[in-house]
Amino acid sequence: MATITVERSFWQALPKPKAESGFWSWVTTVDHKRIGILYFWTSIVFFLIGGVEALLMRLQLAGPNQTIIGPDLFNQLFTMHATTMIFLAIMPLTASFFNYFIPLLIGARDVAFPKLNAFSYWMFLLGGIFLNSSWFLGGPSDAGWFGYPNYSLKEYNPGLGVDFWIIGLLLTGIGTLVSGFNFIVTILNMRAPGMSLMRLPMFAWTTMVTSFLIVFSFPVITVALLLSLFDRLFGTLLFDIFAGSDLTVYHHLFWVFGHPEVYIIVLPAMGIVSEILPVFSRKPLFGYSVMVFSTMLIGFVGFGVWSHHLFTVGMGPVVNTVFALATMIIAVPTGIKMFNWIGTLYGGRIRFTAAMMYALGFLALFLIGGLTGVMLSAAPSNAQIHHTYFVVGHFHYVMIGGALFSLIAAIHYWGPKMFGRMLDERLGKIGFWTLFVGFNMTFFPMNILGVLGMPRRIYTYAAGMGFETWNAISTVGALIMGLSILITLYNLLTSLRRGEPAPADPWDGRTLEWTIPSPVPEYNFARIPHVSSRDELWVRKHPQLAHGAVAETAAAEEAPEEAIVMPGGSYMPLLVALGLFVGSYGLLYYMPVFWGGIAVSLLGLVGWALEGDNLRIVRPGGSH
Amino acid sequence: MSQASVTAAGRLAGHGEAAHAHHHPTSLGIPNQKLATWLFIASESMFFASLITTYMVFRYRSVVGPHPDEVVNIPLTTVSTFILLMSSLTMALGVSAAHRGEMRAVGKYLALTILGGLGFLVIQFYEWWHLAHDFGLTWRTNIFGSVFYILTGFHKAHVIFGMLWLSVIAISSFRGTLRKEHAVNVDVAGLYWHFVDVVWIVIFTLVFLLTEAGV
Amino acid sequence: MEKAHQVQPTTRDYLKVGFWLFVLTVLEVAAIYIEALRPALAAVLVGLSVLKFLLVAMFFMHLKYDSRIYTGFFAFGMILAVLIGLAVTVIIL
Repeated sequence: MATITVERSFWQALPKPKAESGFWSWVTTVDHKRIGILYFWTSIVFFLIGGVEALLMRLQLAGPNQTIIGPDLFNQLFTMHATTMIFLAIMPLTASFFNYFIPLLIGARDVAFPKLNAFSYWMFLLGGIFLNSSWFLGGPSDAGWFGYPNYSLKEYNPGLGVDFWIIGLLLTGIGTLVSGFNFIVTILNMRAPGMSLMRLPMFAWTTMVTSFLIVFSFPVITVALLLSLFDRLFGTLLFDIFAGSDLTVYHHLFWVFGHPEVYIIVLPAMGIVSEILPVFSRKPLFGYSVMVFSTMLIGFVGFGVWSHHLFTVGMGPVVNTVFALATMIIAVPTGIKMFNWIGTLYGGRIRFTAAMMYALGFLALFLIGGLTGVMLSAAPSNAQIHHTYFVVGHFHYVMIGGALFSLIAAIHYWGPKMFGRMLDERLGKIGFWTLFVGFNMTFFPMNILGVLGMPRRIYTYAAGMGFETWNAISTVGALIMGLSILITLYNLLTSLRRGEPAPADPWDGRTLEWTIPSPVPEYNFARIPHVSSRDELWVRKHPQLAHGAVAETAAAEEAPEEAIVMPGGSYMPLLVALGLFVGSYGLLYYMPVFWGGIAVSLLGLVGWALEGDNLRIVRPGGSH
Repeated sequence: MSQASVTAAGRLAGHGEAAHAHHHPTSLGIPNQKLATWLFIASESMFFASLITTYMVFRYRSVVGPHPDEVVNIPLTTVSTFILLMSSLTMALGVSAAHRGEMRAVGKYLALTILGGLGFLVIQFYEWWHLAHDFGLTWRTNIFGSVFYILTGFHKAHVIFGMLWLSVIAISSFRGTLRKEHAVNVDVAGLYWHFVDVVWIVIFTLVFLLTEAGV
Repeated sequence: MEKAHQVQPTTRDYLKVGFWLFVLTVLEVAAIYIEALRPALAAVLVGLSVLKFLLVAMFFMHLKYDSRIYTGFFAFGMILAVLIGLAVTVIIL
């Protein structure tokens, strides 16, 4: 193996990062916990950017015929708001919890490929910066988060905005794909002894299914984006209708990705809720195995419903019927999950912590998102409410009521483990109620506006059409939501400094992450745990619940290992990502820079493969 | 690093990037790299399926010629297909040598494989030149040209990347730094190469043979 | 679980597979020029290339000898790819 090889090659002689704290230790880190924290703060910054974009749009729409921001900027705002929130805020925030908690939940010391994990993060960060740099380089895309041609073609959309959008998504997409491979391998192959697949915590299950969705859907949007990029940069004719093109090819490719993407966002949220509800109900998750199979079924059927986004393009009644039915079928496994969560609560000794309140908020609001989804899945009524604010209302109930509520629940629930400090419960609850009220004020009126006929993606509306009141309420709600986010952020930041130190197990938890100190030591587990139950920690705390052999395994873990070897940092993941990042600017401005960037990335890959392991020894007992 | 720490490294269950992960216990008893490579290949299937679907939809939609049935060159493409298939054979022999521990032989087989890839590329680029020169077909001529050059171009890019990947392994084999514990690294490079070959089998049939057959 | 490395194909096996790949390619090209096959030509060509595909996947890519999980991943990806590709083609054309 590399570290005991006597002769050192050129690549092995390259400098390796040694810093254990400070700037370079974070830049070169391959520790899944540090990468999780990097994902966390980066996605919060992007979340705030996306939130400001949303508030600007709400201000513009507060009353009729306003010109606070013009139509051009409005189009750019809804494009960048959606792109930022989906790809740069919510997905990376879930990735933050994947990173920090998946190894802890399955009893591992790191992910399967620590360096690839760092690479994923850098691709996300640099892709996000690339995308947002278009604000300063001629303005971002205004072609919507779907970027349909032919509006996205050079002829109708000159300037570099759409190019920035396409390449930015390709860059972050590489990072997402790589983390998809990484987490499937981690969950399948890095489990602690005894952690069988049917003992995996639900969050690990939803992470794995989500990763499969990423692995199979991201290549498809990659092709869609590349095709329209070729049209823009090199003058190919793929989406030129005068050359005989059919634009629905792009629509299909986009939504073959786009619909699984919804589940990529929502399944982790379901996993988080499935962790939180049992802890604060003091009951095991109701119907665990049914939950597992429902998750798989949602993932699987999610690949067969993409055309419900195209009901109005004229695919014909047969195709529309098939996809309407397939879409309605997804309500079945989702409904099963809903009843299982209610079953978990039923008869439990419920504690209303802030985390629990957000999780319960998820149940209520995601239900509305799901039901409005079923309404949209009926092709005839879809033709009526398609492209109205009803759709906007629907998917915000899924994205915010579903995903964001559960992610904020996770911040309150897992934050103490990540940062070693308890969050303020009172502020947490205030944050919940303001968000709950503000959210419903913002988005429920949109359902009504949609039925009244207000089209989406239009920067203003005429007076006297019955839209004024609902829009005014919606804007006030949006401001309340903004206030709530500020409260949560204030809570987070002040608790990090002045919060009570978090014990190892503050919530009387059930799973492995609560068996180790908060914050978690570098090596996670001083000794790899042996798992004998689905609710391992709970059973250890209450051995009488276990039917037989449990207690002795816990005793065997008393003595820590004397020396644990952990992977050390590397410059290569960042170098490869930087090559692609700089090269991408070259593609738009100066081709030699593009080829230079590709060359740097390829050399970085060779260095990555040949530099050796840079292993470090950590001694849990005491000094290094 | 001391011997003690090396055995401790063994306890880092299946630390994937270490070349020796092959010998570590993993939950499924299979190496992380191979699992990840197969996932990557499954993912790439979706990538090429999207490209091929686009090709199949667009191929006869051009409003001006040349159309596919006017330009396909079966004899030339058959030769290049044969060369690529044979490069897969030498690749398989290289992986087999790696598993037997004959690490020097790996380099020779891989060199043959890279040569096969090169032969394939030379013929394919000649065909591109031929299409552009004799039929006036570029990727801006018509929609068939666009989708044909993009589909075959992405395949070529995969071949080129594979050749670079194999070169790194072949060079370490010739330098003597490739060891038996690196066999899994040769294995996954081989999987990638075979996959690129398999994709060409599909493209050869759908883009060339079916067109010649008038389907 | 380490059944993967018990049975390994020999050099001879690989050469045989290579030979059959060659034969199948020749058959594919020949089939185009056989008039009698015209009505079923598309099916014949697709069938022959599926055979080639399977030969490479099973022997060169070791799926026949390796963990079933690999086959599962690959098959899942291929089946999904073919189904979605066919569906999109049928819907549009």
